[in-house]
Amino acid sequence: MSSHAHEIRLTVNGEEVRESVEARKTLVEFLREDLGLTGSHIGCEHGVCGACTVLLDGVIVRGCLTLAVQCDGSSVDTIEGVADSGAIADLQLAFAARNALQCGFCTPGMLLTAAHLLDAGGVPSREKIRAQLSGNYCRCTGYHAIVDAIDSVARARMGR
Amino acid sequence: MNDRKQPALSPLDRPNSYIGRAVPRPNLDRLLAGRGQFVSDVVLPRVAHVVFVRSPHAHARIRAIDTQAAKRAAGVVAVVTGAELAKVCTPWVGVLTHLKGLKSAPQHPIAVDKACWQGEAVAAVVAKTRALAEDAAELVAVDYEPLPPVVDAETALDSATPVIHAELGDNLAFERKLDAGEVDRAFREADAVVEATFVFGRHTGVTLEPRAIVADWNAGEARLTIHQGTQAPHMMQNIFAKHLGLEEHQVRVLTRDVGGSFGIKVHVYADEMATAALSMLLKRPVKFVADRIESFVTDIHARDHRVKARIAVMNDGRIAAFEIDDLTGIGPYSVYPRTSGIEANQIVNLVGGPYACPNYRALARVVFQNKNVMCQYRAVGHPIATAVTEGLVELAARKVGMDVIELRRRNLVRDDAYPCASASGLKFEKLSHHASLDRLIALMDYEALRREQERLRQGGVYRGIGFASFIEVTNPSAAFYGVGGARISSQDGAVVRLDATGAVICHTGVTEQGQGAEAVVAQVVATAFGVPIERVRVITGDTDNTPYGGGTWASRAAGIGGEAAWQAGKALRANVLAVAGSILQAEPKALDIRNGVVVDADTGRERIELSEVARIAYFRPDTLPPDFQAELMAVRHYVPRAYPFAFTNGVQASYLEVDPASGFIKLIRHYVVEDCGTVINPQLVDEQIRGGVVQGIGAALFEHCVYDDEGQLLNGNMADYLVPMAAEMPDIDVAHVETPTADSELGAKGAGEAGTAGAPGAVLNAVNDALAPLGAEPITEMPVTPGVVLRALGKV
Repeated sequence: MSSHAHEIRLTVNGEEVRESVEARKTLVEFLREDLGLTGSHIGCEHGVCGACTVLLDGVIVRGCLTLAVQCDGSSVDTIEGVADSGAIADLQLAFAARNALQCGFCTPGMLLTAAHLLDAGGVPSREKIRAQLSGNYCRCTGYHAIVDAIDSVARARMGR
Repeated sequence: MNDRKQPALSPLDRPNSYIGRAVPRPNLDRLLAGRGQFVSDVVLPRVAHVVFVRSPHAHARIRAIDTQAAKRAAGVVAVVTGAELAKVCTPWVGVLTHLKGLKSAPQHPIAVDKACWQGEAVAAVVAKTRALAEDAAELVAVDYEPLPPVVDAETALDSATPVIHAELGDNLAFERKLDAGEVDRAFREADAVVEATFVFGRHTGVTLEPRAIVADWNAGEARLTIHQGTQAPHMMQNIFAKHLGLEEHQVRVLTRDVGGSFGIKVHVYADEMATAALSMLLKRPVKFVADRIESFVTDIHARDHRVKARIAVMNDGRIAAFEIDDLTGIGPYSVYPRTSGIEANQIVNLVGGPYACPNYRALARVVFQNKNVMCQYRAVGHPIATAVTEGLVELAARKVGMDVIELRRRNLVRDDAYPCASASGLKFEKLSHHASLDRLIALMDYEALRREQERLRQGGVYRGIGFASFIEVTNPSAAFYGVGGARISSQDGAVVRLDATGAVICHTGVTEQGQGAEAVVAQVVATAFGVPIERVRVITGDTDNTPYGGGTWASRAAGIGGEAAWQAGKALRANVLAVAGSILQAEPKALDIRNGVVVDADTGRERIELSEVARIAYFRPDTLPPDFQAELMAVRHYVPRAYPFAFTNGVQASYLEVDPASGFIKLIRHYVVEDCGTVINPQLVDEQIRGGVVQGIGAALFEHCVYDDEGQLLNGNMADYLVPMAAEMPDIDVAHVETPTADSELGAKGAGEAGTAGAPGAVLNAVNDALAPLGAEPITEMPVTPGVVLRALGKV
């Protein structure tokens, strides 16, 4: 398979990365298998469940529908990097306080998707929050608590 | 109302009690930071990856398997067939002796002669990476002789239908009949009889993390370490040992974070057994993670039931009789070790359960077919029994012209009638149907909703309100599985230890699946022992280190594991106070532990820090009296004894809107009142309910494993199989009535099934209520898709 390998250079969570990857390798497989960043999860491998959500040049993408070779020259941020930066500390606290996660498998994708909505500012309606999450599957919570947690952060950020 | 009222001198009334408080779970931070440890994350040195070649046919004889090309492919470690693996792993048969007559055929980890459903593994390919294993799997050539598939449960018993397992004689796996009271007379004398055939679509659990296992046979120490996302580590330890020719102590099952289970991960799966066997065969770690397509054709399915049902009712609203005829197709094997007879058995047990009606007849037949296997999924049998019962009740109310609430009030077992038994023989300690219904009516403001519904109807907007009262099986004793011969523990244990700094470590046999068992155990131990909850660390999911126990299923973790932890915490408190008494020259009974400090029980005066007690006991025992030995670890076990199950009850209501033009259903709000006894953590209970409701809504409106006439699953992926997503789900209001069980000091019953048990019936009734003014035929099938609605309206 070496004939299909490609050299890529990218920034992952602020660190420069140079790796050789097969053309068929998806971004989420690359993050998990080559870089050991297992916070991005694999749930369906066909772009429906949202568990593999990561930031590619600041935009949320499906890690299972993006090939690693496509990310050459790009900047990728995963839940590990975003969590360590403190950028979503209030959102993480709100999820914990509201028990907006049970098994936690969807949580990294949920957090990044919610953060993207919150970055737009304002206090979105519950319907708008639900619409934003409509590509992220959670089997445990029934979503109500997740909506509550995101709503509370939006309100707190407005009051800040 | 007896809401939240505790007996005056409850042992739970400890100073600084955490019982009844919404304490955040201790394990959330790692999950929120992307630092969970799921089995799919586990990587071991020399690990190889297995993928399975799976039968494309629902039923086929395997004539030959050519593995030569696959064995030569890049990175391949081994290609193994069923016959080869059968030398390492013995087959199993999923029967239990208390389900009389239940039969099944031996099942192998990989099919040997015959594939019996589309998706059954016929060969394993092990390679350095999963991708290379998948490449090689395409090179495995299997010569199949397709056989006629048995697909339709309705014709599975016909003489013209092939018998799947010839040695069993027919396709009947299990049959149960029940006849209580005077059913024929009740129907003869009834003022009205309502009959309906309820059809429930097959669906599945769709855990977000697929099933995953890493098996690591260490030939040097002759031990098998299994990293597995399972609900029952000790059960799996027993089963791996039994079928791989090992002693139980040679097997260690480790379960850390589990990405959702809901009953999916409590069964024995052929491909997981194969992975363990391959590790032994190859003497290296082997990892299997199901992909989503495999999950749909191998994770157990559930709820494929057709129930012909009728109810006899009098003009004054009294329910005179229920009768059901249930038929279910469970796939080609009864699943090991819990069996696939349980769901039908539960339906027989539960139909009519909330109502005081002695006349009840039931027939349940469980048949084999060539589809994926079915077995226990969250709220086993409950959603079907509840939807049938509550569907009949609301149809009967309409027939005799009575409000659905009034008819329930006239028939629900009175709150002062306990203890009592159902027509099917279920023993109820104490339930609260009427108090719960009253609470629900207030919670949802029923009269106002009815007025709103009526007003909107004038404008051509069709909203519906539907209810479902239900009972729920929790805290099972050995009556569930143990009496039938399954080595599944109904008791559970807790070990509580004071560490050398005064903190407490608790090892428990119950497991964490995200429901919050660790938090509940920590709350209970902190309260019983007397420390801040931050000073309690809970360890689960390791058969080498936790007490033998059943794990997490049938809503048993809080009620059974919690009680064991409560008793262990109390025992450790007594032990530690003995040490403190020795140090302080005080009577231990005059002391207590509060907020991490030993105090005088009467006055609360602080006497000595726990850290100081621990320091002396561990490092300066020479300063204690020579005849005194400190015991800073306590073990307690618990199993419910007075009742085989702790039944809980509740009632749900759905408020929704149906668009008669498109058939689309919009859920507006959902309401639940539930009585799980003592609420240890109200937030966790509420979230269990909400999550369960949404799984029930999935069954009611979306989820369906659609098979064609050849036994091919047509929608086995997440784009075509619809699961509930955030945008379509309603907000869910939850309230409680608390009727503690006297079978334990904590008084906690389970709450994990309630949401899923009641939601489908409530939604179905709400849809029919919405459509009633349009003259639609009552809908009695699930999922209620737009097509089903339009057919009921006669539009298609």
